Amino acid sequence: MENLIAPLIAAPLLGAAVLLVGGRRLDRGGHWIGVLLSFVSFALGLVLFADLLGKGAGHRTLTQHLFSWIPVAGFQADVTFRLDQLSMTFVLLITGVGSLIHLYSVGYMAHDERRRRFFGYLNLFLAAMLLLVLADNYLLLYVGWEGVGLASFLLIGFWQHKPSAATAAKKAFLVNRVGDMGLSIAIMLMFTTFGGFAFGPLLGTHEEPGLVGGASEGKLTAIALMLLLAACGKSAQVPLQSWLGDAMEGPTPVSALIHAATMVTAGVYLIVRSGAIFNAAPDAQLAVTVVGAVTLLFGAIVGCAKDDIKKALAGSTMSQIGYMVLAAGLGPIGYVFAIMHLVTHGFFKAGLFLGAGSVMHGMNDEVDMRRYGGLRKYMPVTFVTFGLGYLAIIGFPGLSGFFSKDKIIEAAFAKGGTEGWILGGAALLGAAITAFYMTRVMLMTFFGEERWRNAPAPSPAEPSVEPAAEAGGEHAVPHPHESPKVMTIPMIVLAVGSVFGGAFFSIGDRFLNWLEPVTGHDHGDSPLSAGVITGATMVCLVVGVALAWAQYGGKPVPALAPRGSLLTRAARRDLLQDDFNHVVLVRGGEHLTRSLVYLDHSLVDGVVNGTAAGFGGLSGRLRRFQNGFARSYAVSMFGGAALLVAATLLMRAV
Amino acid sequence: MSAQHLAAYTTSTGEAFQFWVLGTVAVIGALCTVFMRKAVHSALCLAGTMIVLAVFYLANGAYFLGIVQIVVYTGAIMMLFLFVVMLVGVTAADSLKETIKGQRWLALLCGIGFGVLLLAGIGNASLKEFNGTGQANANGNVEGLASLIFTKYVFAFEITGALLITAAVGAMVLTHRERTERAKTQRELSEQRIREGTYIPPLPAPGVYARHNAVDIAGLLPDGTPSELTVNKTLRARGQIRDVSTEALNDLRALEQRAEERLERRAIEPETFKRPEEASK
Amino acid sequence: MNPVNYLYLAALLFTIGATGVLVRRNAIVVFMCVELMLNACNLAFVTFSRMHGNLDGQIIAFFTMVVAAAEVVVGLAIIVSLFRTRHSASVDDASLMKL
Repeated sequence: MENLIAPLIAAPLLGAAVLLVGGRRLDRGGHWIGVLLSFVSFALGLVLFADLLGKGAGHRTLTQHLFSWIPVAGFQADVTFRLDQLSMTFVLLITGVGSLIHLYSVGYMAHDERRRRFFGYLNLFLAAMLLLVLADNYLLLYVGWEGVGLASFLLIGFWQHKPSAATAAKKAFLVNRVGDMGLSIAIMLMFTTFGGFAFGPLLGTHEEPGLVGGASEGKLTAIALMLLLAACGKSAQVPLQSWLGDAMEGPTPVSALIHAATMVTAGVYLIVRSGAIFNAAPDAQLAVTVVGAVTLLFGAIVGCAKDDIKKALAGSTMSQIGYMVLAAGLGPIGYVFAIMHLVTHGFFKAGLFLGAGSVMHGMNDEVDMRRYGGLRKYMPVTFVTFGLGYLAIIGFPGLSGFFSKDKIIEAAFAKGGTEGWILGGAALLGAAITAFYMTRVMLMTFFGEERWRNAPAPSPAEPSVEPAAEAGGEHAVPHPHESPKVMTIPMIVLAVGSVFGGAFFSIGDRFLNWLEPVTGHDHGDSPLSAGVITGATMVCLVVGVALAWAQYGGKPVPALAPRGSLLTRAARRDLLQDDFNHVVLVRGGEHLTRSLVYLDHSLVDGVVNGTAAGFGGLSGRLRRFQNGFARSYAVSMFGGAALLVAATLLMRAV
Repeated sequence: MSAQHLAAYTTSTGEAFQFWVLGTVAVIGALCTVFMRKAVHSALCLAGTMIVLAVFYLANGAYFLGIVQIVVYTGAIMMLFLFVVMLVGVTAADSLKETIKGQRWLALLCGIGFGVLLLAGIGNASLKEFNGTGQANANGNVEGLASLIFTKYVFAFEITGALLITAAVGAMVLTHRERTERAKTQRELSEQRIREGTYIPPLPAPGVYARHNAVDIAGLLPDGTPSELTVNKTLRARGQIRDVSTEALNDLRALEQRAEERLERRAIEPETFKRPEEASK
Repeated sequence: MNPVNYLYLAALLFTIGATGVLVRRNAIVVFMCVELMLNACNLAFVTFSRMHGNLDGQIIAFFTMVVAAAEVVVGLAIIVSLFRTRHSASVDDASLMKL
């Protein structure tokens, strides 16, 4: 059975190769190759899943050794795949959601002349992401890690004729680089500390701890912090969060697949996979929880202020991943719930993004929610699926978000002590804000008056309406319509997943039992009972929804954004993250390089040029002796002869 | 000086007298060789020094070398020098101005230092007694030399012979110019002269108004300037041309004055003299 | 008088010749000064011959003369060919490695 793992990755890789190399011949029907191979991969995943289910809980790990990659004496890197419950979960999520989004893209990108290339990139992304989650060692994981970064870069900048898209792609790539540095340093540290980086010997299992057990806590903390840096870069966590909002410049299916459901969760995967290292480094775990808590509030606040529907969802993504990272930082208490939230989030967030894409599709690519309103009549399917996704994300009882997020909040309180209270409080507050901003999105898009009928001419000074200028006829009144079946079917499937996923996973602790052999689990001791926490969450939910209703449901929404409070304006500017980066990193870097250049010019070049000038001057003086006059040379000879005579006489005298 | 007592401490008074007189001459000759401006003078002074040295060789018992010094060195080699000096220009005097900065002072310093060191070295070596060549020359100086040259120094002698031959061939190679093209005929040469625009007719004669007929005096043009064409180029290059233009003009003026006096023409003041036809204008 | 005076004379002549080589620019005169130095050496050799009472010094002086003759022949040939190309017999004019 393990021989099926390589084809799992190879199928989308083949699709990418065929589509990117195949040329214009494939322009007409090539995208169906991509869709087909994506589904092939999904089918293989299902077969493997069935195989794993057939085995005992302790034997659900398949490895496939493909070839020896870097066989150097003390440095052995193999291309080996490892399929266990954690990888399996990701494989199903990636190929499943990925296949649905492939299907959706067929409709969404129908009129794009570079569609073939788009599907090639999507397949490339699938292959890289599968390599990431199936790798058996950190070096191979790094290959997949870079591969998804590349695919992300290519897809964000897919509409590269737009300067904003090209810049966003570059920004994402650069910020990710910082995180990638962390991962590469972590791998180097692992090699110097443990002499290897394969998961099996390094991390061990529950029964027998791996090499990690033998290392000092300081080194483990360093490795763990580097891994956290990598996770921050890929998963858009504070402080490397600034690229995700701009990444929405890419086509919406890309936002759904890469920047909501799968790639951005790679950081969570990395932390959970390296759980053994984090468990042995409590300081690093604390750092992870802090990062998660800060990001979940940060993303939520940003999400509240954005008028661009995709950017609001991007803030939401950031916030939800913050939940996952928070859970992952809690250690064995939270690993399972982090992954569970990851999967349910994959469903509902992908569904939300696809819904947003569907709305944009019907609204001439308008993204400003202030020009939406009352769309429920025109796109009922989108409304229903989006609405179910909305209920799922805010944690409406019975839907998937309710189960997964509730568990995370519980786990945060179960951390115990002051930390537990602070983290739990942050998670609860986050739940309230989530309810607020998602209700706001919902109300502004599907309810209220139809503001798009008499849309005012966009003013360029307002940053939130800029994308509308790209849409072509900005003065033409859009004709909202439902999207084609090829787009709505994936949305329906995802909506079903977001409704029943949580309950399916939670009832009877199915997910917990499935994943526990890999990640381990610990119940912790919560100071509050589960019922109290659920009640508090419900209260927060109701408060958030009520506040949003009071502001956006009860009174008309202005078509142009009001000036807003200081916090609102800051949140519209992504809480000044870019300004911070610019002032601290760009300016600081410029000053640093300038002073270094000055130092180089004055000191280093001074020494080098000074030496050269010294020798030049010396040789210029020595050159005078070489004047070409035979008589001068004769004087030297004669003087030398005189000296010899003198020396002889002296020696005789002595 | 008996044959048993080879070692001696002093020479005869005659030889001492000869040494001091001729030694002075030799040193003066050497200094003149160095300091004479014209190469030909230097050569003559050097020849004198060499003759003095020949006498010293004779006095030291080197009869063969003394004769060879006069015949070969002074007679042949110095004459070769003179030939070359003539070839290059016998009267071209060197400028004694030094062109290389500090060269003269350095040379003087080194010379004095070297000389002092040599003299000190000789003085330091205690050479009080000497053997004389009486016994070595017992069978005649030339025979003694010959027996050494053809026995002990025969290889050196042969090699020196080879060196001489090589030098002769080398000198020929250095001075010989290979003719790489056919010699031009007289017709071609005259055509070439016409084409290059050189002066074709015979050159004008030197001398001024037939008063000077020496070849080193340039003929004067009507305005009193000397003509370059009238004198030999070589003489001009050596700076041996006498310029008589001012002198000749003065002579002419004096001649005219004398002729006026002889013919009793009085000098007429310009302001009082007016010809009748000029005055009428 | 001791024959050592001849050696002093030889040293003096040698020094004068060497200085002449250094200060004169006319190649022919330089050559003459070289000859003067050689002759001073010859005088020293002949004097040594007398002082030692054998003829070896005279033999060396003889060889010196022969070599000097060879040297003069070649040297004057060089001067003549130099004069042909440069129209000058000054050793300073030949200070560059080109015409």
